[in-house]
Amino acid sequence: MLNSIFLIFLFQLLGELIQKILEMSVPGPVIGLVLLLITLLLFKKFNFKFSKTIKLNLFKSAENLLLYLPLLFVPVGVGVVMHLSFLEESLVRVILVLVIGTLLTLALTGFLMEKLLKDQK
Amino acid sequence: MIDQQKLYSIWVYLQAEPLFWLTLTIGAYLTADFLYRKSNLFPLLNPVAISILLVSSVLLIFDIQYERYFDGAKFIHFLLGPATVCLAIPIYKNWQLIVQNSKAIVISIFIGSLFSILITYFLSTLFHLNDELILSLLPRSVTTPIAMGISELIGGIPSLTAIFTFTTGVIGASLAIFVFDLMGIKKMEARGFALGLTSHGIGTARAMSKDTKAGVFSAVAMGLTGLITSILVPLCIKILNI
Repeated sequence: MLNSIFLIFLFQLLGELIQKILEMSVPGPVIGLVLLLITLLLFKKFNFKFSKTIKLNLFKSAENLLLYLPLLFVPVGVGVVMHLSFLEESLVRVILVLVIGTLLTLALTGFLMEKLLKDQK
Repeated sequence: MIDQQKLYSIWVYLQAEPLFWLTLTIGAYLTADFLYRKSNLFPLLNPVAISILLVSSVLLIFDIQYERYFDGAKFIHFLLGPATVCLAIPIYKNWQLIVQNSKAIVISIFIGSLFSILITYFLSTLFHLNDELILSLLPRSVTTPIAMGISELIGGIPSLTAIFTFTTGVIGASLAIFVFDLMGIKKMEARGFALGLTSHGIGTARAMSKDTKAGVFSAVAMGLTGLITSILVPLCIKILNI
């Protein structure tokens, strides 16, 4: 358990450091995600052995945390609601742009992907 | 009987401690999740949206500053970073599927991201929004830190962009299923992908809670859209001369 927390934090920390040093526009945690993914893939490719318990624990902890992913957006979301009044008279028009734009993008991207994906059993 | 003075001092104590705000946030989420399940997973009762409404109502009713709330709730907020790193695990487990469909992914990312920027520009002009708002709206489909960065770069207002980005996420997560059913989009991978591309992390959270394959494609789309959009938005501005 503690092993996996350490590993997850470590990869985020590495991601944040790389982001700061290279002044990238990609957020640190996303870089951390890519680093962890590359590490896992390399371990698999070169058949490196590392403790099976650590690996299983890491997978389990990660999947458990991901179960609560929606909860983690609540604190920021509350701030959004509390600051909506900033928009004043543009509010309705902005919401229309957001709703229509989002629905059309969802439709196009989903449709495109549905057609392009390979069929698999 | 507890006298008023004492009640007030307890309230003052609770407000200053993270415990109260953490309990409130988790309680609101559990309530929202319960309602969502009870309603047979009715999409408009999106757990994120409902918990936000519940917490906001409490803050508004008791006249509490958002900063005070966030000071306690930031411990939940903190986990967003580690959770993002954790998305590597389901992606790793489904790597084969992603490699098999890499061509479809690259094409869809490019067209989808470009379309998202252009439709936002087109609609904003149609509704006569001012330039400052338009610039703050353009990067709204990508994860908040990237969106805010792009906004700053092109002369938008980053905090407004954060609001638009978040709202886009909730709209996508709540309404996507109607679009998918209407358009006959059935493959979980395609559904997840569209959610991640348009609604970043909130879409991915939604996809992940429905189906692992959808979640994986959503996370991949979210990451790649973030990269490509930070290149496309400044390019579009140059070409469209905004």
